[in-house]
Amino acid sequence: MSDKILEVDNLSVEFATYGGDVKAVRGVSFHVNRGETLAIVGESGCGKSVTVQAIMGIIPMPPGKITGGTAKLNGKNILGLPAKEANLFRGVEIGMIFQDPMTSLNPTMTIGDQISETLMVHRGMSYKDASAMAVQLLDKTKIAEAAKRAKQYPFEFSGGMLQRAMIAQSLACNPAVLMADEPTTALDVTIQAQILELMAELQRTENMSIILITHDLAVVARMADRVAVMYAGQIIESGSVDDIFYRSSHPYTLGLKEAMPSNKDNRDKKLSPILGSPPDLFHPPAGCGYYARCPYAMKVCEHNQPAEYLLAGDTAHQSRCWLQHEGAPANEHLYQAGADHAD
Amino acid sequence: MLIETKDLKKHFHIGRNQTLHAVDGISLQIEENEILGLVGESGSGKSTFGKALIGLHPRTAGTTTYNGELLPAKFTAADHLKYSKELQMIFQDPYSSLNPRMTVLDIVGEGLLIQGQTKRSDVKDQVALWLEKVGLNADHMSRYPHEFSGGQRQRIGIARAMIIQPRFVVCDEPISALDVSVQAQVVNLLEQLKQDLGLTLLFIAHDLSMVRYVSDRMAVMYLGSLVESGPSDDVFFNPQHPYTQLLIEANPEPDPETERNHKYVPIVGEITSPINLGPGCRFADRCPKVMSQCRSVTPKTTVVAPNHTVNCHLFE
Repeated sequence: MSDKILEVDNLSVEFATYGGDVKAVRGVSFHVNRGETLAIVGESGCGKSVTVQAIMGIIPMPPGKITGGTAKLNGKNILGLPAKEANLFRGVEIGMIFQDPMTSLNPTMTIGDQISETLMVHRGMSYKDASAMAVQLLDKTKIAEAAKRAKQYPFEFSGGMLQRAMIAQSLACNPAVLMADEPTTALDVTIQAQILELMAELQRTENMSIILITHDLAVVARMADRVAVMYAGQIIESGSVDDIFYRSSHPYTLGLKEAMPSNKDNRDKKLSPILGSPPDLFHPPAGCGYYARCPYAMKVCEHNQPAEYLLAGDTAHQSRCWLQHEGAPANEHLYQAGADHAD
Repeated sequence: MLIETKDLKKHFHIGRNQTLHAVDGISLQIEENEILGLVGESGSGKSTFGKALIGLHPRTAGTTTYNGELLPAKFTAADHLKYSKELQMIFQDPYSSLNPRMTVLDIVGEGLLIQGQTKRSDVKDQVALWLEKVGLNADHMSRYPHEFSGGQRQRIGIARAMIIQPRFVVCDEPISALDVSVQAQVVNLLEQLKQDLGLTLLFIAHDLSMVRYVSDRMAVMYLGSLVESGPSDDVFFNPQHPYTQLLIEANPEPDPETERNHKYVPIVGEITSPINLGPGCRFADRCPKVMSQCRSVTPKTTVVAPNHTVNCHLFE
């Protein structure tokens, strides 16, 4: 499965504002293999959406600016291409779905026409063929009475149905990669279960890779093969889903896990919030971004950027934390590469 | 028992002889000093129920008893003044529920001034005290809402509700707009206030794991009606109503091992329209165990275990 379809290297994005440049993404590297799901997890403002928007070329420039890095789709760099060239892969090789389907679809066009438009632009189909194909796509995403639904407008759809329609649209050109930016955040848990099931099924049948952006660790546990945890514009830990959940090696990952209730715990167990707030990205800290909130912070963390430590080669479990340095003290709460693990 | 509703209904007339049955006959009791969690999908009428309970919506039918006293169906200005001392609300959206042109001092202190029992000079001290209690700083008083993050705003909303020292607070999705790390802060704060002040809370949310964790008892709503209620762990781990079972089944757990072994059987379809509903079980259209009577007879409340009730024909 080590067939890398998308490889992002050292991506940096800034936004020019009146207050100065916001360094929203600061050197992010990751890859996605064919047919797998990579989850990018983090809280609001950590740069997870900006990362995928930069890859898709949908960041408004200015004020946005890609200040460095590459994103290779099948070995070819797609970062910062002019619109004309970007349209050759955008919506064709990479599809995208958004958090809020209501505002992402055109309210003045029927659902069927919006899907046909994709087919006509990218595949040069006639309106008639495209319309027929749109109905098939709606059918594929399990929308009942697809032919009738295709003639309706977005306001006639519920949130879950709109998300299905958006998935249908993103599948129009059989993309190799589907980027899903918080696809179920606006939906109820029962509808979330339906949409996640649909995505998993389509992934199996189409052999698609999925990049799933979310803040919900339960959704990550359900969907992801690999996970990248972002904080203050950087990936602070990445690895297989089991690495992240069972061998958390960064204090922030641990903090996120302990702030959420688990159904297995007794109700008397107190949740541990992460105190403080993320750093100011106008002036990102010289050291670790999590320093001010970290319960295990050391002197070295304040002014020195931790390196990315490789903890286990087979699953590429990496952690950007000084506690993974060979000279760091042992920490009973964190997984440390140097430590002796009985399991 | 602090609050009891009997067959509470709130209908909205939406023109063309159409009636939206937002809350359609809910009977529920809330004990003193407990947290009752109210869950259900969007459109199930949770927020409308919470608002109708404390007089922010006039009732269409049914009764609400607070502390042994029957609340008026439609609150007058005098009723609002009288009951807002004891009944308060924390709103879902910390952005739209704070007036952007008022300072934090004015927002939090307004209730005290309206109640008229606090001298203007004392209001400042009270506001400072409550800002500290919810984890903000007394220096924040002269600032405006836009200067705060979502979590901080939610805490301003909490301070505004709590400064009156109410007995009962409706918390309408107080954490859904917040980041995971901040949710825990707000939940712990509510828990603490419940213990310190003997508060009673109605905690409305759609995050099942969080509701189970926060509340003593849990009530599940579907399309304006109550389907199940009972002690949180009973409802969560031993759900009886087919809807509750499917709802809890759909709730993912933040644990990859559990999720790998979890076979999902999603509920088919979506919540039906609450307009011009006839009698019968509201879940009948989507229920895998539907029987013929479900479509014509509204199920009664059946006690299945101590404090655990279900509204379903399967148990009658």
